[in-house]
Amino acid sequence: MFKFLKGHLESITGIEIYPMISLIIFFTFFVALFWWVFTAKKDYINKVSKIPLD
Amino acid sequence: MEMQQFYYDNKIVKKFIYATLLWGIVGFTVGLMLAFMFLFPNYTEGISWLSFGRLRPLHTNAVIFAFVGNAIFAGVYYSLQRLLKTRMASNFLSNFNFWGWQLIIVAAAITLPLGYSTSKEYAELEWPIDIAIALVWVAFGVNMIWTILKRRQRHLYVAIWFYLATFVTVAVLHIFNSLELPVTALKSYSVYAGVQDALVQWWYGHNAVAFFLTTPFLGLMYYFVPKAANRPVYSYRLSIVHFWSLIFIYIWAGPHHLLYSALPDWAQNLGVAFSVMLIAPSWGGMINGLLTLRGAWDKVRTDPVLKFMVVAITGYGMATFEGPMLSLKNVNAIAHFSDWIIAHVHVGALAWNGFLAFGMLYWMIPKLFKTKLYSTGLANVHFWVGTLGIILYALPMYVAGFVQASMWKQFNPDGTLTYGNFLETVNEIIPMYWMRAIGGSMYILGALIMLYNVVRTVRSGSAVKDELAEAPALKKVSKHRTKGEGYHTWLERKPIKLTIYATIAILIGGAVQIIPTLLVKSNIPTISSVKPYTPLELEGRDLYIREGCVGCHSQMIRPFRSEVERYGEYSKAGEFVYDHPFLWGSKRTGPDLHRVGQKYNDSWHLNHMYDPQSTSPGSIMPSYKWLIINELDKSATEDKMKAMVTLGVPYTDEEITNAQAHMLAQGAQIQENLYADPDFAKNYDADRKYAQENGEDFIEMKNREIVALIAYIQRLGTDIKVKKEQQISKK
Repeated sequence: MFKFLKGHLESITGIEIYPMISLIIFFTFFVALFWWVFTAKKDYINKVSKIPLD
Repeated sequence: MEMQQFYYDNKIVKKFIYATLLWGIVGFTVGLMLAFMFLFPNYTEGISWLSFGRLRPLHTNAVIFAFVGNAIFAGVYYSLQRLLKTRMASNFLSNFNFWGWQLIIVAAAITLPLGYSTSKEYAELEWPIDIAIALVWVAFGVNMIWTILKRRQRHLYVAIWFYLATFVTVAVLHIFNSLELPVTALKSYSVYAGVQDALVQWWYGHNAVAFFLTTPFLGLMYYFVPKAANRPVYSYRLSIVHFWSLIFIYIWAGPHHLLYSALPDWAQNLGVAFSVMLIAPSWGGMINGLLTLRGAWDKVRTDPVLKFMVVAITGYGMATFEGPMLSLKNVNAIAHFSDWIIAHVHVGALAWNGFLAFGMLYWMIPKLFKTKLYSTGLANVHFWVGTLGIILYALPMYVAGFVQASMWKQFNPDGTLTYGNFLETVNEIIPMYWMRAIGGSMYILGALIMLYNVVRTVRSGSAVKDELAEAPALKKVSKHRTKGEGYHTWLERKPIKLTIYATIAILIGGAVQIIPTLLVKSNIPTISSVKPYTPLELEGRDLYIREGCVGCHSQMIRPFRSEVERYGEYSKAGEFVYDHPFLWGSKRTGPDLHRVGQKYNDSWHLNHMYDPQSTSPGSIMPSYKWLIINELDKSATEDKMKAMVTLGVPYTDEEITNAQAHMLAQGAQIQENLYADPDFAKNYDADRKYAQENGEDFIEMKNREIVALIAYIQRLGTDIKVKKEQQISKK
């Protein structure tokens, strides 16, 4: 995929960093997401998931 | 702790429920009318406002924005108040949302059949209505966020995140895709052209599916499925992952609607990669929904509400498995432009949206009217008739899709196309169109059964009143994270922050896709022989847009041997630089038209528009007799050209000043060409004589609409038409 990105956008200076930035954003996003989820407290999860049934 | 008393606004919910039922049946019925036009193409012959091309956008808009839209509002207004333990913040905004939305629907139902259309799929409404949509949508969002701010429940349940993401993203999509330059009160041109317009349109189109048909319904699923099953969602942690990954990934996937088109490869591949990834959050959500019923499966046997929901979630799973598969280039090469796509979207619309809405209505209505459902038996009948209707709709369309693709691509040993005549394929799949129409009829029958059931239930119940509830007021808590509070836990009590983060998540994908294409010139190689349309061609193009030709004819020849052999040289990005809006289309009920210019003579086109079956036996194209009679409206031509100049089309002042004369000259030439047909000459002269003898006005052929349309069609794809001899001599 990076090949295509580079081929068409090489007129922009410093474009090589573009795919790298994308990958970092992506990786960070999901690491952070799973970090939140796994560190969430069980009591809290139980409480919130019952909100519709109150 | 002191309890506060307040009333849930049930009346607004009731209004939206009624609107859902009404528009649902209208939208389905228009769909059924269209299905029968495949079988009896001319049953509304001569009535321009009941022609296929004009009704198709009415069907899609009615189902998406009127039926599903009202269902979303009904469900959101019901669940939001209860999840937050407060009344909607503003009665005025609630009612503004309701009446505004209904007015927009009525405006759509009037303007679309009259031919006022931008031609951009699911965004066909013209600019004044676009502005109204933005206003009403913002009123909905303000009301929702204001309600969240005065809530009595600290934490925002996952359903509300989905509602927030829906609000924000639909606003962004709608605004950017609807950027258009008004020419008259009901006519505008997209500010983007060709490839860029296509990219923005499908970024919108794909995400309209994502954020209008999916995320709000996932929110509703997370509220109503636990309610109906009377148990909490299977995994709340999974729902967090589901939400963030879904909204983050979905927005990138739009270009998969443009595979093998003239869109730059990098954008196509980006779309494919993200579409494949999408299966993970989508199926995570589906599994979360279905497993919520763990230990309650016995209820599914008896409770029609749960039956509808289970089929809805299963339909969601099927459609979201199919989506990534369809995004693979090799599968897309087969499915794109065929009836497979029609099957795919109807599994989504009929099963996921339709059945979840029905389940939700069956659950809410008895509660609101404080009674029991009039007949569980009838609800079960609705369920079975509807389910069989979906199957009978979808299966034949899958078969039709494969038949089309295989016949389009079939070659003889000598290298010629086996089915060189497009109509051979059309005639082969007529039985499938019959089955589809029967399936669709069953689905409507089910909806009518529900309507009867609802009417009886409402009559037996008591009038809907605002419902008294009580809850303690929220205590003030520090703005910062309290001791031991997790990050997401904290974020969930910060609605504005949550909304902003969700917005950032969806903007990243959008920006990566759209900005480079808009900025980088090298993405669209210019072709020196490509020139702007003549004034008459421009008017003809607007007629092509008005009649919704794009609903059945693509203008995008993909670089396949089978397509180049059938239609001509494949389409290049540079050919569309003056196309505001683009008209690539998404479905080939009829053949591609990108290189149809100069393929037939002018007389053929006139006869074809007058009576398609006379020139093309077995064709299912309706006749367009009014084009041949109507006078061409040339009053706005100069304004249209000036608007095009503003958008970057290089018309000179001289060309604009001479537009009328130029149109007359080009029209006269076509009129002369038409005279070559002796039948035409005889009939036309007889008509003129009749008019003169009876003192009626006579519109000369050169001033009629058909001439402009012929001018446009004859121009299509001719700018770079590669001559066979040239190709040979080069070798």
